Amino acid sequence: MPWQALIRSMRGRPVRPSGGIPKRRSIWERIHIDPWLLGLLLILMGSGLLVIYSASGQSMNVVIAQAIRFGVALVAMVVVAQFSPIFFLRWAPVAYGIGVLMLVAVELVGDIGMGAQRWLEIPGVIRFQPSEMMKLAVPMMVAAYLYRCELPPRLRDIAVCGLIIGLPVALIAAQPDLGTSLLVASAAIIVVLLAGLSWRLIGLVCVLLASGFPLLWMNLHNYQRQRILTFLNPETDPLGSGWNIIQSTTAIGSGGVFGKGWLEGTQSQLEFLPERHTDFIVAVLGEEVGLIGMVVLIFLYLLIVSRGLWLASESQNTFGRLVAGSIILTFFIYVFVNVGMVSGILPVVGVPLPLVSYGGTSSVTLLVGFGILMSIHAHRRLLPR
Amino acid sequence: MPPRSDKLKNTEQELRIFRARALLAFVVVVALTSLLVGRLAYLQVVQHDVYSTRSEKNRVRVEPLPPNRGLIYDRNGVLLAENRPTYNLTLVRERSENVDETLKLLVELLELNGEETSTFYERSQQWQRPFQPVLLASDLSEEQIARLAVNRHQLPGVEVEAQLLRYYPDAEVMAHALGYVGRINAEELANLDATRYAGTHFIGKTGIERFYEDELHGQAGLRRVETNARGRVLRELGRTDPVPGKDLTLTLDSSLQMLAYELMDGRRGSIVAIEPGSGEILAMVSTPGFDSNQFVTGIDRASYQALQENLNLPLFNRATRGHYPPGSTIKPFLALGGLVDGAITPDTTINDPGYYQLPNDSRRYRNWLRWGHGRVDLERSIAVSNNTFYYSLAHEMGIDSLHEQMTNFGFGQRVAHDVQSQSSGLMPSREWKRERFNQSWYPGETLSVGIGQGYWQVTPLQLATATATLANRGQWVKPRMARQIGDTPLELDLPDTPDDINLAQDSWWDSVFSGMEKVVSGSEGTARRTGEGLEYRMGGKSGTAQVFSLGQDQRYDADELEERLRDHALFIAFAPIEDPQIAVSVIVENAGGGSTHAAHLARAMTDEWLLDDDAPEVDEVRETLETDNSNVEGN
Repeated sequence: MPWQALIRSMRGRPVRPSGGIPKRRSIWERIHIDPWLLGLLLILMGSGLLVIYSASGQSMNVVIAQAIRFGVALVAMVVVAQFSPIFFLRWAPVAYGIGVLMLVAVELVGDIGMGAQRWLEIPGVIRFQPSEMMKLAVPMMVAAYLYRCELPPRLRDIAVCGLIIGLPVALIAAQPDLGTSLLVASAAIIVVLLAGLSWRLIGLVCVLLASGFPLLWMNLHNYQRQRILTFLNPETDPLGSGWNIIQSTTAIGSGGVFGKGWLEGTQSQLEFLPERHTDFIVAVLGEEVGLIGMVVLIFLYLLIVSRGLWLASESQNTFGRLVAGSIILTFFIYVFVNVGMVSGILPVVGVPLPLVSYGGTSSVTLLVGFGILMSIHAHRRLLPR
Repeated sequence: MPPRSDKLKNTEQELRIFRARALLAFVVVVALTSLLVGRLAYLQVVQHDVYSTRSEKNRVRVEPLPPNRGLIYDRNGVLLAENRPTYNLTLVRERSENVDETLKLLVELLELNGEETSTFYERSQQWQRPFQPVLLASDLSEEQIARLAVNRHQLPGVEVEAQLLRYYPDAEVMAHALGYVGRINAEELANLDATRYAGTHFIGKTGIERFYEDELHGQAGLRRVETNARGRVLRELGRTDPVPGKDLTLTLDSSLQMLAYELMDGRRGSIVAIEPGSGEILAMVSTPGFDSNQFVTGIDRASYQALQENLNLPLFNRATRGHYPPGSTIKPFLALGGLVDGAITPDTTINDPGYYQLPNDSRRYRNWLRWGHGRVDLERSIAVSNNTFYYSLAHEMGIDSLHEQMTNFGFGQRVAHDVQSQSSGLMPSREWKRERFNQSWYPGETLSVGIGQGYWQVTPLQLATATATLANRGQWVKPRMARQIGDTPLELDLPDTPDDINLAQDSWWDSVFSGMEKVVSGSEGTARRTGEGLEYRMGGKSGTAQVFSLGQDQRYDADELEERLRDHALFIAFAPIEDPQIAVSVIVENAGGGSTHAAHLARAMTDEWLLDDDAPEVDEVRETLETDNSNVEGN
């Protein structure tokens, strides 16, 4: 099959099935890391640091802090990659259960930060955001469940998956953290979709969602509604919640094809942009490196996603495939939602640009995800066929 | 969880399903990526110009640079109005963590009283653009600034800004002459040249400050600055410097002004002094004065109410707007009018039996001396202030001629060049009466006018102006306050100067002057006490005005009422006669019968101006006033 041949050629050396002549494994194979993916991620993180330098008002401290986070996240990735997928398969229900319990705990005793309960804190020890963990735990739980089913899934299995997904998503949404709850939900739904959810059901769900929108609207918090309304017409509140979007589109638009040059973005350097080194970092990029730079960046993401999908389809069992596919597609959703919101085609939800936005938690989660992805790929023969 | 059963699984089918879905996902990813790129291309290529402009507008702000207001000096270079740096308190709400807490703390730190606190909170509620500083308090004291500095860390968003504020060192003395600046109000704002006044908060409200507003204000400058979203200026891109307002040198002599103010001490009234040769106003005082500095920063309600309700009307500029019957002070002018008209000559005499009767009328118009002055000529008529002579003269002239002649001396007209809001007074005429009362003029009314009563009303400034013109032997010079604007002397030949007054013979002036000299120096002079020890020749004329109410004064108690029913004392003077250097008009309200009070003040003024070191001290003048209770003149 040309598909497999292509993947083999990318891997460089064909890996023999068990029973073949044992070959000396490369360093990458021994540490269970995919060099291509790693290379692409490093390029991305490197450019991320450059952008952060500019977006932070040229603060070396911020860049160093971010570099340290990247380092920690990379170590986490390598460590996670050493675990076998069987480990993830076994522990997925445990992680899921703990995660749900912690979400309940957050709801009861969580710290209130930025008007939302998101953090669980053991004072002086750790500050933890359980919803972040659920980005990985929920899709893995769904994959683990589906792994035990005959695929494509039957209606009963899908209903069970719906419950598995719905509980944590509802808890996260109640924090309230609409962005994360949607991301967790999409990560898990992607698993179901990849498992072969029938098109008829997909269509039905779409219709249900569309008709359920008014209900959803009524249950949104005021600020969430405001965000959506502002998205539809940012000029209605130019100095309030519309400010961000007006300023970010202005920054991007004024960048033009070639950009104003690194560190030369007037919008971003002059503090017109809010959250410019976190969620709105794309605006800095768009202004300073222009359309060309943005296309290069998006192409880089596209390469990572392609490589991830290839690795996923290389996996030799359904659990690995589903988890890997979910991880990489969720990664893309991050990119799409972030760029979409900053460029004004999606409402503003707090989604960072993966591995570019400043912030430790999301980097760690993402790279742990890539670690799992690499583990699944590198240990693919260790799962029963 | 269902047990995993490899028997039931079709691994090949699962792989096939997954690959199909993954491929589909990839297609969707590419499609969505294209959507993003399309959106970016739309923003960065199609809409690039729109957003470039918007971005430029965002960061470049044009800031006005208000010009410094011109300073005002007196004729000797004494600073009368300066600009003093003061400190204002501002708050940027968006930078404050807790506005309410901050305001509370500020009230505590500044030790504001009740009214100040409410004003303070009122101001804090004023609408502002986000990130614009709100002015909370102006003119902070040193101590307040220090307290703010100490507590700075507790007050994010609070700033103390320096600003130049008008300051009048001798506010009370100069208040009416200079006027004052105040905050530009909404009405003024609507009529102002917005560009010129960009960044300016103050405008001349009254007096010289208002009249020379254009010159004093200057031209606003601009600077283009790059700012961040918080409005903090990061760098300057370009600038046009403001053109500072021109300094103004006034004709006022601050020491003479000061003396005039002190002479009036505790009295209501006015003193105006003019240099006859040039028309320069040397002093222009209206008492009581007020602290004009209060109006610059914005006077508080209680103080303003107190000023407004003060029965002495400190806010009222008596010098330019006070209406008084001139009484006998106009007798020299009437004599001159009669000479011009030909109704009399310097040799004309009348016999005064103590009254005057119109032909075919039994009514007697009385002289102030019941038994009459006997034979009275022009000179004596002035010296003893004989009424009968002027009844007769007024009757001879008739109201039409009288009106015309007196108008030539500036009565009933606004004659001063640069005095803001001067009143025209009232010089009655047939036409005026017809218009005002729809009545014809009666001959008896002419007689009243003939002794400076009736409808005739003058302002102290008019009286001084007429005296200066008289001292000038009829040569008109417009009175004015400005000597030099910037480096340019004010044109000497001012536009629209009234026609000079010409007598048939120049020596006739001497007759009138002689009469006026006898007022102070003659044995019969009504103000002969004032002339004692005079070191130069001075011409003067006393006057007594029956009380004219300034209005609004309905709540007198008995003592107050009595005091306020007393006559006003008036006096005009010029000196030295042979070469007049100063002409003065003095009006002291309710100074009582006789005009000695006003005469002594006029003398003190001329002494001060002419004698330099020999001039008497204010205390000596006061002593004289106390001891001199002579009441030598009736009307």
